[in-house]
Amino acid sequence: MMKIVEGSHAVAEAVKLCRPQVISAYPITPQTHIVEALASMVADCELDAEYICVESEFSALSGCIGASAAGSRTYSATTSQGLALMFEVCFNAAGMRLPIVMTIANRAMGAPLSIWNDQQDSISLRDAGWLQYYAEDIQEVSDLHFIAYRVAEDHRVLLPAFVCFDGFILTHTYEPVDMPTQQEVDAYLPAFKPYQRLDAKEPISMGMYATPDYYMEFRYEVDRAMQRARDAYVDAARAFADQFGRDYTGAVEGYRLEDADTALVAMGSICGTVKDAIDEMRADGKRVGLLKIRSFRPFPSEEVAAALKGASTVAVLDKNISLGQKGAVALEVKDALYGSGIPVLDYIVALGGRDIRKRDIAKIVDLAEKGTGDMFYGLRTEVL
Amino acid sequence: MALRVGCAAAPGRARDNKTGSWRVFKPIFKHETCTKCGLCETICPEGCVKEDKDGFFTPDLDYCKGCGLCAKECPADDIEMVQEEK
Repeated sequence: MMKIVEGSHAVAEAVKLCRPQVISAYPITPQTHIVEALASMVADCELDAEYICVESEFSALSGCIGASAAGSRTYSATTSQGLALMFEVCFNAAGMRLPIVMTIANRAMGAPLSIWNDQQDSISLRDAGWLQYYAEDIQEVSDLHFIAYRVAEDHRVLLPAFVCFDGFILTHTYEPVDMPTQQEVDAYLPAFKPYQRLDAKEPISMGMYATPDYYMEFRYEVDRAMQRARDAYVDAARAFADQFGRDYTGAVEGYRLEDADTALVAMGSICGTVKDAIDEMRADGKRVGLLKIRSFRPFPSEEVAAALKGASTVAVLDKNISLGQKGAVALEVKDALYGSGIPVLDYIVALGGRDIRKRDIAKIVDLAEKGTGDMFYGLRTEVL
Repeated sequence: MALRVGCAAAPGRARDNKTGSWRVFKPIFKHETCTKCGLCETICPEGCVKEDKDGFFTPDLDYCKGCGLCAKECPADDIEMVQEEK
């Protein structure tokens, strides 16, 4: 059913339809509306789940680990400093192969303290062993939750997943969303079948100690699961497209890219702005296109290389920076295009909630055409 | 021991973990000048030196961590520590 809904409430509604059995979360701006809505649903008996009120994000995700290990479908949501506080727990969840799904309402990292959007938080957890999916709009972020549970719980994968969407830009915006019914979601997402679980009759411990004789092999297995998640994602997204008619099967998605000279690469809500800017530039005769990255982990290197092979210049918009290097997305794109000779220019944009508009996209395309890049775009040099 | 998904393990004893893999030096009990005094068994912090049926003492290399105390204390100088290639 189509309804106009706030991004956070759409996520809460989608999560409710996934029938999580345990929700363990700590409120933090701009994620608060999600967990507030879920808490109300549990309190009002609309959702049959245990809602664990915890005293920190460290405990929130630890609660999910315990509940998931005991065989429950679990959910959490966080952002920025909250995610940073989960750092250790994130690695443990992945190493224990627990398919927790967590929404990230992307927000900048302090210091300086900022409640506004960029993607530094989840990007900084890229090595933790979590699947990472980024949504462009509210429909997509809702739908990606159904798909994320399917992929995470797939016995080929068994890894936790972030579903990321931009704080405020999407969390606090109202958009029309086609929300499926419970019956439809039940048909798409059957009850959680744990690969193994804590059971007093057949006791096990998870995440045990490994000597140097075994540790590398465990890490290898997590990486293999990440690699298998590529196919598992396509399978889950195809099943979703067949049932609901919305197609997310691409780990990347091109927009007017086929004959583009300058290809922009971006993740998240900025893709909407970029598409509008591209339409205007195309009307002026510029051959510009967009490659949107939906799955950042696993990173779709082959798909990126194939999609960008015809471009003469690639301009990456990074809402993050790996300080002392470049933006994380640009580094991955450069790796994917290594040996192709296609120049990849990086633009650090929109950190800490700085607006980025269509005219900025057009200016970045101009810079890229001149070969000027690997820079912070839109710096206020007068305050430096 | 094959890996289990999620680094899972059934309940067990510490003895199941073959901690001898931590070792760099391995004791060679030569049994040449040995007087069967048993000081090696007494001194071993791991408790892995045992007396065999002939009264000689040998270490259980599944658990010996190669600390070298037995070689250091052996009154007959009958134990040699050698670097172990793995």
